[in-house]
Amino acid sequence: MQNVIRGKAFVFGTNISTDQIYPGQYLDLTDPDKVAEHAMQGADPSFVKEVKPGDIIVAAANFGCGSSREHAAVTLKTVGVGAILADSFGRIFYRNAINLGIPLVVCPGIADMVKQGDTVKIDLTTGDVTNDTTGKGATAQPLSPYVMEILASGGIKPMIKEQYGQ
Amino acid sequence: MHAIEKILAKAAGKTTVTTGEIVNCKVDLAGINDLYLQTVRSFFEMGGKKVYDPSKIVMFLDHYAPASTIMQADNQKQFREFCWDQGIDLLMDVDQGVCHQILADKGLVRPGMVLVVTDSHTTTHGAFGAFGTGVGATDCAIIMMTGQLWFRVPEIIRINLEGKLPKGVFAKDVILKVIGMLGADYGVYRGVEFTGPVLKELNISERMALCNMTTEMGAKTAYIQPDEITLAFLKDKVKQDYEIFTTDPGYKYAAEHTFDVSGLKPQVAAPHSVDNVFDVTEYAGKPVNQAFLGTCTGGRVEDIAVAARILKGKHINPRTRFIVVPASKGVFLEAMAKGYIQTLVEAGATFVTPGCAACLGTHQGMLANGETCITASSRNFPGRMGHNKAEIFVASPASVAAAALKGKIVNPADYLE
Ligand code: SF4
Repeated sequence: MQNVIRGKAFVFGTNISTDQIYPGQYLDLTDPDKVAEHAMQGADPSFVKEVKPGDIIVAAANFGCGSSREHAAVTLKTVGVGAILADSFGRIFYRNAINLGIPLVVCPGIADMVKQGDTVKIDLTTGDVTNDTTGKGATAQPLSPYVMEILASGGIKPMIKEQYGQ
Repeated sequence: MHAIEKILAKAAGKTTVTTGEIVNCKVDLAGINDLYLQTVRSFFEMGGKKVYDPSKIVMFLDHYAPASTIMQADNQKQFREFCWDQGIDLLMDVDQGVCHQILADKGLVRPGMVLVVTDSHTTTHGAFGAFGTGVGATDCAIIMMTGQLWFRVPEIIRINLEGKLPKGVFAKDVILKVIGMLGADYGVYRGVEFTGPVLKELNISERMALCNMTTEMGAKTAYIQPDEITLAFLKDKVKQDYEIFTTDPGYKYAAEHTFDVSGLKPQVAAPHSVDNVFDVTEYAGKPVNQAFLGTCTGGRVEDIAVAARILKGKHINPRTRFIVVPASKGVFLEAMAKGYIQTLVEAGATFVTPGCAACLGTHQGMLANGETCITASSRNFPGRMGHNKAEIFVASPASVAAAALKGKIVNPADYLE
């Protein structure tokens, strides 16, 4: 796992639901590459054209609230989102994204500190967040040891496979 | 300890747990919905061959009931085959309805159990004193493989409901008001318990609506202490033994809120978030293209009954569509026996197969660009029921039926003599 992640920020507001991250009408798709074509479609249809692997999503409170659909995490993972920083997250989305190995970082006030296109850096081990464009810094809540273990394993699937694979 | 903590402690094989602790719990029942073929995929990706215990898994073909695209049909086909291969007998096919209502109808939910479904509204089962929570596909696949899953023991908030519900005001209005006051992220990672004298006035259907909607404040789970109303409901349904847990006197809640419901008006969550809540009268006169009655939030017999009461012998406004979806086959049959279906069809309702229907914006009542819908379901996020530019107002079943009648948002109290 990469402990320091640096990327261009895409900024979103409050209560961005999984319906917006991945609209319900595409829930019957199961191939990750097809799922990836609709990333953030309900919130910003241009996102999917502009996002590059390693880019970072920054959002205000309750990012990923609503439906439990794992597609929301799959779509962001597959387009290559490097990390997601938000004031807070919806809890099922949080679990889903961590399970897939996307670093999710709770950083209250982050949405006010970053503008679309700024370069943001996060150190997962220290929780230090810096906006490299403005020079401003913040401190994120530390990730729990179990979450760090999941991320270090590249997601929960390899971990479970090793322990329980039949 | 709180009753919720006692449930988690028992499932984790421990005598005590503390807030914030990560515990590995045995799961009594895991449910998978037809949106999440990823569950089966993750199971195989993690090296699964045989599920841990097929009798503790239930599969619901409810979100696409019945399939409207080849892709949906193919997903459902794979689910059925998985159940047959694995010996999973609890396959709830497209005739059965929405997962949460089926769990209640068939006595699969019982007090004190750990119930995990790949659906965010699994909080609904707090109405029965169960620990119900929603997870994603991969988490559920882990349960299929191991029979257990990790949880963080949540802080618990108490919401105490005092007073007496006025005419035309229902549990849905109460919870909308609560969400409006506390916010859509207030309950994130927390458990929400309801207490107070108002509960005595609420039947199981209303209690389910209350607990169901705690998801819209981000809650992990909900809880209502089982009482004689719960036990009367469970009596002929639940076959297995169960244990009712009670909260220790002196348990310290993370927060406590008291709401007096006596002066409450019917409520509505206006576009585009569930905490954007107003008295329904603020939007009185707003024309609606579609009124939607159904779902795991507002599609039970009592909900259809109140609509029938409002519409009996009348006809809906010709400019409004009234889509009605019984939450389950059980609900459908009972509503039919009581004559409500006849009443509503005569009044101009369009009936849809029990299931989720348009609630999640995939089929059976989608909204066009610029249309307005009033719904008894739970969510009004942009694009939730169709076009991103459609407007969704979340309200009680009575408010939905009254709006269908008049073709605009009105105060339902005026139509309940
Ligand atoms: S009825 Fe709606 S809220 Fe309930 S499970 Fe189905 S899609 Fe989800």
